[in-house]
Amino acid sequence: MSATPTREGATPVAACPISLELNGRTRQLEVYPWTTLLDLLREQLQLTGTKKGCDHGQCGACTVLLNGKRINSCLTLAIMHDGASLTTIEGLAEGDELHPMQAAFVEHDAFQCGYCTPGQICSAVGMIAEGRANGRDDIREQMSGNLCRCGAYPNILAAIEDAASETRERLSAVQQVKP
Amino acid sequence: MNPFSYARPAAVDEAIGLFRPDSRYIAGGTNLLDLMKENVTRPTQLIDITRLPLHDIEETADGGLRIGALVSNADLAWNPLVEARYPLLSQAILAGASPQLRNMATTGGNLLQRTRCYYFYDSTTPCNKREPGSGCSARDGLNRIHAILGHSDSCIAVHPSDMCVALAALEAQVIVQGTGGERRIAFADFHRLPGDAPERDNTLADGELITAIELPAQGFASNSAYLKVRDRASYAFALVSVAAALELDGDRIVSARLALGGVAHKPWRKPEAETVLVGKVANEAAFDEAASLLLAGASGFEHNAFKIDLARRSIARALGEAAKGASR
Repeated sequence: MSATPTREGATPVAACPISLELNGRTRQLEVYPWTTLLDLLREQLQLTGTKKGCDHGQCGACTVLLNGKRINSCLTLAIMHDGASLTTIEGLAEGDELHPMQAAFVEHDAFQCGYCTPGQICSAVGMIAEGRANGRDDIREQMSGNLCRCGAYPNILAAIEDAASETRERLSAVQQVKP
Repeated sequence: MNPFSYARPAAVDEAIGLFRPDSRYIAGGTNLLDLMKENVTRPTQLIDITRLPLHDIEETADGGLRIGALVSNADLAWNPLVEARYPLLSQAILAGASPQLRNMATTGGNLLQRTRCYYFYDSTTPCNKREPGSGCSARDGLNRIHAILGHSDSCIAVHPSDMCVALAALEAQVIVQGTGGERRIAFADFHRLPGDAPERDNTLADGELITAIELPAQGFASNSAYLKVRDRASYAFALVSVAAALELDGDRIVSARLALGGVAHKPWRKPEAETVLVGKVANEAAFDEAASLLLAGASGFEHNAFKIDLARRSIARALGEAAKGASR
């Protein structure tokens, strides 16, 4: 690793080894304690699908699935997730076959500039897994952690509604394979 | 972020033993890391407590619930026992933050989140909470989201939590552990008013760790309501919030709990605003009387005086919803 950053008077801190199951592949990585999960993905692993919007947990563009649950990757440290399973937007499709939520976003033109889209899609998949969204009002409320500055909300809502049942089926199929 | 060292203890005693004055415990990290990015908090060591065995929700011998400090806000809100017995707590949690944040944020951390006063976050401005003695920029600045009760010359910030407003109304206890062993803090005594030491949000000693929250058996499940008023429909901090809980005999009030959020440095309760309701018929006149007592002494600033009236009406509405019952 390169020279270790230190703070005046502080003991030098070395990068630490962690293991992550990232999009189905086990990865051995070295991270500094202050590296956020988002910076690990974008800067160290070149997985730039996950976006840095506000970097303060306010916009949801950095949403990923940590052990199946949606979180803001900008507000957590990579080093804290040694041994975790992580799914990013790059890990949703199966080969060339889009995840139903991705396909529905294309079908419904659920974006304009596209910057918030990876976070919207990961968040929507996480929301379906939570099993608490029944109807449009619930979806609106439970997707409120993902902002779209282009205002594509009506189409985002339509895409999520459309893909909900297929996403549920896929999630339960995965659970049956992995007890 | 500034460099810092990192430790991941496996036991509570070990975590407490690692603590030095410039350490911080980290669990969900959703507020702490934000504060570190803004240079508001600059620890030289983070102690990762997420592997400590504090993840369970258990029933207590007296019919209450003990919630481990590391239970996530989402898991707590959706726990079947909490939904059935303490719907006020579920509602309050789900009114706060976003689903992503609630998946990471923990029970203990929710209590320790810091104010969202703009000036506290902006290290180019004076702020007595961030830099004791530097002054308060909010008193004569943008103070729409600030306190109307319990503020001091040195600080007019509010505590931002929704969950804590419900915990105050439910009279939870905070279980903490330090080098001297374990102690219990009544929820009303956990957070403090700013006075002339606004840098202290609560009554924890240095290095003390929250291990659990305990709820008493009385959850007011049939007649409670959490009302949050904010600038947008979702994912915003409260301008005013109300946790209202009633025990009713027909339409007569047997006991009442009332706590406000978004108006003070801590969840705001007054015993006289609750006892005045006892024995009365649950109607608007009684609710208005309680509101007047709870808001006694309120005073606003240039941009937030509207909150006094807003709080008065919100209290009456929340009590009305609580009286109507769980069918709402």
